[in-house]
Amino acid sequence: MDTYALLLAATLNAGTVLAIAGLGLLINERSGIVNLGAEGMMLVAAIAGFATAVQTGSDWLAFGAGALAGALMAGAFGVLVIWLNTNQYATGLALSLFGNGFSAFVGIKYTQEHLAARPHFSVPLLGDIPFIGPALFRQHPMVYLTIAFMGGLVWFLYRSRAGLVLRAVGESPESAHALGYPVRRIRLIAVMVGGALCGVAGAYISVVYTPLWVEGMVAGKGWIALALTTFATWRPSRVLLGAYLFGGVTMLQFHLQGEGVAISSQLLTMLPYLATIAVLVLISRNPVWIRANMPASLGKPFFPGS
Amino acid sequence: MTTSTRRSVLRTTAWSSLAIAAALAGCTKKEEAAPVAASEPAAASAAAAPASGASAPLKIAFAYLGPVGDGGWTFAHDNGRKALEKELGSQVQTTFVESVPESADAERVFRDMVAQGNTLIFGTSFGYMEPMLKVAADNKGVHFEHATGYKTADNMRTYDNRTYEGAYMAGVIAGGMTKSNTIGVVGSIPIPEVIRNIDSYTLGAQSVNPKVKVKVVWVNEWFNPPKETEGAQSLIDGGADVLLQNTDSSAVLQTAEKNGKYAFGWDSDMTAYGPKAHLASSVNIWGPYYIKAAKDAINGTWTTGKVWWGVKEGAIDLVSISDKVPADLKAKVDKVKAGLKDGSFSIWKGPIADNTGKEVLKKDVVADDGFLGGIKFFVKGVEGQVPGGK
Repeated sequence: MDTYALLLAATLNAGTVLAIAGLGLLINERSGIVNLGAEGMMLVAAIAGFATAVQTGSDWLAFGAGALAGALMAGAFGVLVIWLNTNQYATGLALSLFGNGFSAFVGIKYTQEHLAARPHFSVPLLGDIPFIGPALFRQHPMVYLTIAFMGGLVWFLYRSRAGLVLRAVGESPESAHALGYPVRRIRLIAVMVGGALCGVAGAYISVVYTPLWVEGMVAGKGWIALALTTFATWRPSRVLLGAYLFGGVTMLQFHLQGEGVAISSQLLTMLPYLATIAVLVLISRNPVWIRANMPASLGKPFFPGS
Repeated sequence: MTTSTRRSVLRTTAWSSLAIAAALAGCTKKEEAAPVAASEPAAASAAAAPASGASAPLKIAFAYLGPVGDGGWTFAHDNGRKALEKELGSQVQTTFVESVPESADAERVFRDMVAQGNTLIFGTSFGYMEPMLKVAADNKGVHFEHATGYKTADNMRTYDNRTYEGAYMAGVIAGGMTKSNTIGVVGSIPIPEVIRNIDSYTLGAQSVNPKVKVKVVWVNEWFNPPKETEGAQSLIDGGADVLLQNTDSSAVLQTAEKNGKYAFGWDSDMTAYGPKAHLASSVNIWGPYYIKAAKDAINGTWTTGKVWWGVKEGAIDLVSISDKVPADLKAKVDKVKAGLKDGSFSIWKGPIADNTGKEVLKKDVVADDGFLGGIKFFVKGVEGQVPGGK
């Protein structure tokens, strides 16, 4: 029984990184911009966060630094894609590659560093409940913040005026422009907020999840987060679900290996990715449903006044 | 921005970036390696070399699998390189390339090294075997040294460390320190070397604690800190309280530290990464072999072959044993070390059975290097099967 509680706890931990990045990319894509540079942003934010944590010893400053790094990179991307109308996919890929190399270069000095021992967290009373306590209530505060943020995002998108404008910009930028909204500025803000969140996810990896720095340590989580937003049909609650599913299957395959299950470890390692592909295929079967949920102007450039 | 201004901005940017790229491409790989290294000894010896007079320094190149800062496998190799420079000073000139992938790209790196005049080239990972063989066949005048491989050529030899001796000694400590009688190993890739290490860890633990069980998870990579963390976490969640790793970063030790369990450093001294969790580090000391190889090349006595050094030759050691380890356990480890040094103790001595019950080594038979090199089974006490079958 105890192992299942621990498995659940590990799932929440593993899924949080993907959830934060996924929610950021969701905001991004809701405004109609696809930012394939998620991996690069997360890497630069990871080194920024780690360096800050090493220099100042504060986790929260590290998250802030990561968010700033992500926002700056996303800002550069945004200017290129929104004002110069470069192809979003190509620019996003370029950002990813740049982030990869830049983070490795900046991080050379930090590969030998390590952080002070990570504190243990436990919600005061709830953490001691027999099964549910260790399973759900002994996580880093960021895990709970993510869930709260998801709730806030749902409210923002569907119940607030600003969220309505954001969605409108994503569905039909021409109409929004005709109504007088500053479409390009709104898109830039969305892109930067999305980048900041990817940055927080990146900093979380290097400061909380695996407290060290090595090149390429994000190891593809940025790409998974991108797939997640499609997987989740651009709904915040489903992004969280997908993130925990992926994190859960990842931890499950290690658990199965540890139990000595007679399935090849290489097959088990493939499991999370196979699960993601399977769900994506199932979702894509219905083109009408996809069109109904996808922001209509996703990936298309916008030329005001043309 | 009108179309024509945008186009001219883009055109200027494109041309200037092309110009910058061409300028950078003009620099050789060696220049690229030197700033990456940030190692003053290399720059100093490169500057001092012309002053030595007698003959040109031997140019040596190293290909590393990971970054020098991994604190593990590559870090140990780089320490060996630094020891080599310190010992031979102006007689040698060393350079290295980090993070060389185990693929066709490796061949390009080796050819590049030859083109830059290196006559002694070290490839520090198993996966460089085929690329090195190819480049060796085309460059008979260059000496190639391949770590942890098994194929040789007239101008290519293999060298390796008996890491299983370190794993055994770690196992002795693990068997004595475990409270749950379950210990774990985060395995990298299921090749005989790693399987042998897992088995030796188990044998060592069983020598002090016959009840101990060993769980294994496979990361299927040499170096992936997030995956290593997840693997270690799942072992701990499964009840293991002393972990060994065969991967190249300090993530496993850090995870053990986070969970209040024990772990060992691997390849390099990892005490700093997990002060509370660290019991000991099984380290690779490559310095002595690198010095010998360089001297062979300088004196013209280089021959091909297979070199496999261990505790006896000073290539493997269990260091920084924590104060948490009780004195009698430490004494046992010292006894094993002394026995390995003078050859009186053999780890792989029968009777040994695999975990299906089949006897693989008869009573009092000492395994030879051929047997050790082809181990593809788990000994009794290890849970699960070797991936890929037997």
